[in-house]
Amino acid sequence: MPIEVNGKTLETDEEGYLVNLDDWEPGVAEVMAKEDDLELTDEHWEIINFLREYYEEYQIAPAVRVLTKAVGKRLGKDKGNSKYLYGLFPYGPGKQACRYAGLPKPTGCV
Amino acid sequence: MSELHTVNKSPFEKNSLETCLRLSKAGSSILLYEDAVYGALKNTVITDLVSSAAGDRKVYVLEPDLKARGLSADRVIEGVEMVDYAGFVDLVDASNKVQAWV
Amino acid sequence: MSDTKKFMFLNRRAPYGTIHAWESLEVVLIAAAFEQEVSLMFVDDGVFELVKGQDTSEIGMKNFSPTYRTLGDYEVRHMYVDKASLEARGLTAEDLVEVEWEDWETEETVDNIVEVVDSDKVVELMEESDVVFSF
Repeated sequence: MPIEVNGKTLETDEEGYLVNLDDWEPGVAEVMAKEDDLELTDEHWEIINFLREYYEEYQIAPAVRVLTKAVGKRLGKDKGNSKYLYGLFPYGPGKQACRYAGLPKPTGCV
Repeated sequence: MSELHTVNKSPFEKNSLETCLRLSKAGSSILLYEDAVYGALKNTVITDLVSSAAGDRKVYVLEPDLKARGLSADRVIEGVEMVDYAGFVDLVDASNKVQAWV
Repeated sequence: MSDTKKFMFLNRRAPYGTIHAWESLEVVLIAAAFEQEVSLMFVDDGVFELVKGQDTSEIGMKNFSPTYRTLGDYEVRHMYVDKASLEARGLTAEDLVEVEWEDWETEETVDNIVEVVDSDKVVELMEESDVVFSF
């Protein structure tokens, strides 16, 4: 199902992930969040940007467990736990945040 | 017009390159691409075989496939020439026959 | 934790020419998520998977070599490289990527878990593994 972002039509797969990674712009996350009735705060953006940097460096979307640990290491222990991350992304920090960040679904995520 | 032989399998896994070298005529051209680019490397167990073939045949290697595998020009055997995609097309164009060793 | 099995992934194929290398890597990422004890062994053309500086921009394929560097985060503790395979291909340890490992709780770190080992050691390591997956 395609999504409309700033006048452009972007292709997504059956689970709502962007088909073409290069299509991403911040507006993508805004539009997807709106569909989920979620308002994006600085805390959300911190995780979304973190995921984009991780992907840039390693070419994969991290598994939730890896994301949690990496966030704890980089952004502080108070953020590197499931409670904090699920609080921000109720559909799952792996799936939902990766989708907003324009990444593929994490490997090993079912 | 000469004959062009193409090889795309790793010489360490299949004997395509070895057989191609054994069964190709002097004066013909040999192009290594995909996993066969490993056959163009110095200091391997197959280097001597390829070097000596490069004496009476022209051996080419596809540069984009070398780059993809992290292999720089200084690793390539002396006398083996690097070509890009356009060079590949030119080679095919300049040959009266192309034989693929798959 | 007594249910933890020792998994070894045996990689014997070059990247890009076939799908084997990438598929192995994907299964490794999944296996590590199930908290098994995972190690990787690179033999024959598999050693080419770890060569530094890969750039696939001109062949239209995904460059998955940077992904090996995050395996430490996936709790892969060892990546072994068969010395004889490396030498037969004109390569040395310096040509290979480095993979850092860190214990997040204790902050114990290992700068590089990629280790070149001789044939006897390969035999011993395979013997110690509960399951060896071949790619």
